Amino acid sequence: MRLALLTVRFLEQAGALALLGGRALARLARPPFELQAWLKQMDQIGVRSLGVAGITTVFTGMVLALQTAYSLPGLGVKYYIGTVVSKSLVRELAPVLVALIVGGRIGAGMTAELGTMKVTEQIDALRSMAADPVKKLVVPKLAATLVMLPILTLIGNLLGVLGGLLIGIYELGLTAAFYWNDALSALTISDVGSGIGKSVFFAFFITTVACHNGLTASGGADGVGRATTNTVVVASILVLVSDFFLTKIFYLVG
Amino acid sequence: MSDAPIFDVSGLVRRYGSKVVLAGIDFKLGRRECLTIVGRSGVGKSVTLRLLIGLEQPTSGSILFDGQEIVGLSETSLQPIRRRVAMLFQGGALFDSMNVFDNLAFPFREHRMAGEKELPARIEELLAKVGLPGIERKTPADLSGGMRKRVALARALALEPEVLLFDEPTTGLDPMTSASIGKLILDTRTETGCATLVVTHDITLARRISDRMAFLHEGRFTFLGTFAEADRSDDPLLGDFLAGREESLHDA
Repeated sequence: MRLALLTVRFLEQAGALALLGGRALARLARPPFELQAWLKQMDQIGVRSLGVAGITTVFTGMVLALQTAYSLPGLGVKYYIGTVVSKSLVRELAPVLVALIVGGRIGAGMTAELGTMKVTEQIDALRSMAADPVKKLVVPKLAATLVMLPILTLIGNLLGVLGGLLIGIYELGLTAAFYWNDALSALTISDVGSGIGKSVFFAFFITTVACHNGLTASGGADGVGRATTNTVVVASILVLVSDFFLTKIFYLVG
Repeated sequence: MSDAPIFDVSGLVRRYGSKVVLAGIDFKLGRRECLTIVGRSGVGKSVTLRLLIGLEQPTSGSILFDGQEIVGLSETSLQPIRRRVAMLFQGGALFDSMNVFDNLAFPFREHRMAGEKELPARIEELLAKVGLPGIERKTPADLSGGMRKRVALARALALEPEVLLFDEPTTGLDPMTSASIGKLILDTRTETGCATLVVTHDITLARRISDRMAFLHEGRFTFLGTFAEADRSDDPLLGDFLAGREESLHDA
């Protein structure tokens, strides 16, 4: 009985998310485009997440290089550090880690903002003035995340590989030219493409979950707090689980 | 303009799960009338307003706006109606990410009713109407509760509505500010000729502004008429409410 109830609730939530996601995409494609609102969100979502995305990927690149060299000593692995770092970062680690860290940051922000608007009746006020909350509030956030998360991932790729370079030079005694050559020759267009492709999906999932939780928040400050926590948890799980399937799909298509 | 009521509500029921908030209310709102719905806190007064512009859907019943059934309409089909009916929310519901100017500009921009060049003049005029000239650059956080409600009224007037819905316009305000809000509602009515529906538990305000009053109790209107009739009514609960007495033993 309890399981049935949980299943129904899960399906309800999934349905509501799909509905909001679909609506937002449909309105995203339809004019008028409120470019000013989009740019503001891009600044808030993208530019202000640069620091945290950068730190995450630089250190991941460094750890990856160290860990690989130290865990397989004597096999000459350090001469392939560039390959290991660039392949795993670009295909997998940068998109996922950037989505997790940046997603937590921006997702929580979106839910808190929309949730506060909901509980203070600002969303109702918007509707009462014959405006569409999805078009006014969700679409700019979706547009900005769809553009900025892939860009942050690209920057993360670069910084992560640079992190590996630092370790390669200062810890493992490689030359910069050797490392770069190795790192870049290992990479294919499809590696970069699949990483960026994933981040586009992550951006869609994070924004949909965050906006849905915000728009349905109730119960004052406490409710907004709960909705925000829920966003971080659900968005992270969605990123990790969907990553598995996306990895599978991207390997299949190239 | 016809004499038919602008709102004609019948058999309106709203349930949340097993909780019945409105058990079937009927009323008509005349085109220039001011009707006040009074009742104790939490009896579903605000819900009634929300139903009238489709922010929520009733469990059953009918709401005719200018002869058109609005129950069951989609968000898109409700939009033309919402442009003609403005609602003032309890806390003002100003957009706190925008300053006063942008809050007031919102309906103009959204419905392309004025170009950016005309906006300053239009907004100045609206702010003057509610007695708050020159506060365009302030943010909602800088304003007192009474000022926020005035700005919200200015924003509601921007669309030149035919009906104004007020949700608890004086709650949380001191008696003098409440009185000035009452005067503002009266002045707005005189000036614009809007029909007005006010939900409140402020009897002083209700007496001052309304043509008729409805008393909502346990999901129904137990009284609907003028204050003169209400004062003569022998309903003990209404008597207690009007006199501001605590509930006596009538319920038992």
